[in-house]
Amino acid sequence: MLYTRPQALCDVPMHFCPGCSHGIVHRLVAEVIDEMGIVGNTVGVCPVGCAVMSYDYFACDMIEAAHGRAPAVATGVKRSLPDRFVFTYQGDGDLAAIGTAETVHSATRGENITVIFINNTIYGMTGGQMAPTTLPGQVTQTTPYGRDPKVAGYPVRVCEMVSTLTGTAYAERVAVDSPQHIRAAKKAIRKAFDTQAAGKGFSIVEILSTCPTNWGMTPTQAVERVRNEMIPYYPLGVYKDTTEVSGNDQ
Amino acid sequence: MEERMLMKGNEALAEAAIRAGCKCYFGYPITPQTEIAAYMSKRMPKVGGVFIQAESEIAAINMVYGAASAGVRAMTSSSSPGISLKSEGISYLAGADLPCVIVNVERGGPGLGGIQPSQSDYYLATKAGGHGDFSLLVFAPSTVQEMADLAVKAFDTADKYRMPAMILADGLLGQMMEPVRFPESYAPQPEKPWACSGHANKREHNIVNSLYLVPEELEKSNIARFERYETVKREEALSENYLTDDAQIIVTAFGATARIVRSAVNMARAEGIKAGLIRPVTLWPFPVKAYRDALSTAKAYLSVEMNMGQMVNDVKLAIDCKRPVHFFGRTGGMVPTPAEVLAQLRAINEQTGKD
Repeated sequence: MLYTRPQALCDVPMHFCPGCSHGIVHRLVAEVIDEMGIVGNTVGVCPVGCAVMSYDYFACDMIEAAHGRAPAVATGVKRSLPDRFVFTYQGDGDLAAIGTAETVHSATRGENITVIFINNTIYGMTGGQMAPTTLPGQVTQTTPYGRDPKVAGYPVRVCEMVSTLTGTAYAERVAVDSPQHIRAAKKAIRKAFDTQAAGKGFSIVEILSTCPTNWGMTPTQAVERVRNEMIPYYPLGVYKDTTEVSGNDQ
Repeated sequence: MEERMLMKGNEALAEAAIRAGCKCYFGYPITPQTEIAAYMSKRMPKVGGVFIQAESEIAAINMVYGAASAGVRAMTSSSSPGISLKSEGISYLAGADLPCVIVNVERGGPGLGGIQPSQSDYYLATKAGGHGDFSLLVFAPSTVQEMADLAVKAFDTADKYRMPAMILADGLLGQMMEPVRFPESYAPQPEKPWACSGHANKREHNIVNSLYLVPEELEKSNIARFERYETVKREEALSENYLTDDAQIIVTAFGATARIVRSAVNMARAEGIKAGLIRPVTLWPFPVKAYRDALSTAKAYLSVEMNMGQMVNDVKLAIDCKRPVHFFGRTGGMVPTPAEVLAQLRAINEQTGKD
């Protein structure tokens, strides 16, 4: 069996830190695009955050959006070109803080797009500040004494939130902390793209990811943190799946 | 034969945009531009276009960004406070060299301001439509017919130079009804080989982006854009002159205010005051030459605006401050009357007569 670079990834060095999950998730998305044979028929929208330069990595047409606005940009693309696959690739600050309105409303409109959501409980690109997903007690640059929910509020559980919206056709939370979970993550990403192919509506895959640099951990410790701290707070699983019935016409 | 219809300015603009090939409209309700959204919601589904009422002005402008990236003609409209919200997206559109049309049917400001007509977004449109080094094409219609004509021109010019265009109108123009004709044929839209529409495995992947982390590259990108702007300034400045050949006082006004000034100029002429009107049709690029050419007869200039004098500096710069530039304006939704403008002309005439 050949293990090669997916065609949907460009042959360029990535800027991600050692032990960061972005590389794995990029690969999974690219493998799905390859398997579906849709690289020439796909438009990706990248966020502001660590994945900001994904436009250099994915081999499909790519658009760089303003912070938080990727789902609105994707809406503009999808409505203009309904037969193209359109996906966004967003982090937690982008999707669940500054872009909350765009996330919620693209979901509730049932926009037929796929959202790849990286939850690593921190702002990576700006150097490790509190994210909307930062866990209670977690130390970040802007929660130096640990996130105190009385002061800084509670983490946002995105899959739980968007699964309440009728327009959401498919929402699943996965992790990339083990080979088994990585395989499941790829399956979820494929399912999300299949949901879009079937015209069922909004699909989102939340991926619990590592940020060893800003967590102040080794890559191995970071993987353990995903397993021991994040998964208990953010349970894995399918939160919404109406793809077998009538999509978002519920 | 061309059709002739009686329409509101906002509706004429919307209809013209559709005829010019606008495929997507994204909007959000705000007075006094809501007729545009209402018209689009009625017409777009009938012509195979897209209408979305977005969750915010911010989302609407970013939907425009997406549609423009995909290579289709897209438009949004709003009124002053909503345009403030769109400023972020406008900057990104400019930075990514995306053509689109943004309509601002101005109302009084700052803040929530009022809902009556105003021209107080002149600076916003011509100087600071968002962060960074960039300019917008800015068209200022003065009649319902021009609301339609300039909508078409805005799309064509935006595509030609790959830059966003703004139509700066006001509540008067948006709400008034006048007969309007729509042309039968339209210029073909240019190819957009840069668009992110899926490469079909036939070309390298396209990237629409405004990020340049290497300062040398960002500087290069900005300089290239400003070189393009020089061409725009040379080729695209538009203005209308009225009775300026022998005019000793040049009154200047844009948009709806120019209609009032025209009446005042006629009244002044009847009294023997040699007044003339320069009406900039493009506010960016500013029609500098029209003002310079008038120096041969002009002793003074008067800018009449529905704001606190935002265009005055552009007039002063156009004539290198070689003549006094007076200002008369009403603001907050108040509309100047021809009699008020005439009073200004009489005063200036008396003064210049003594010089």
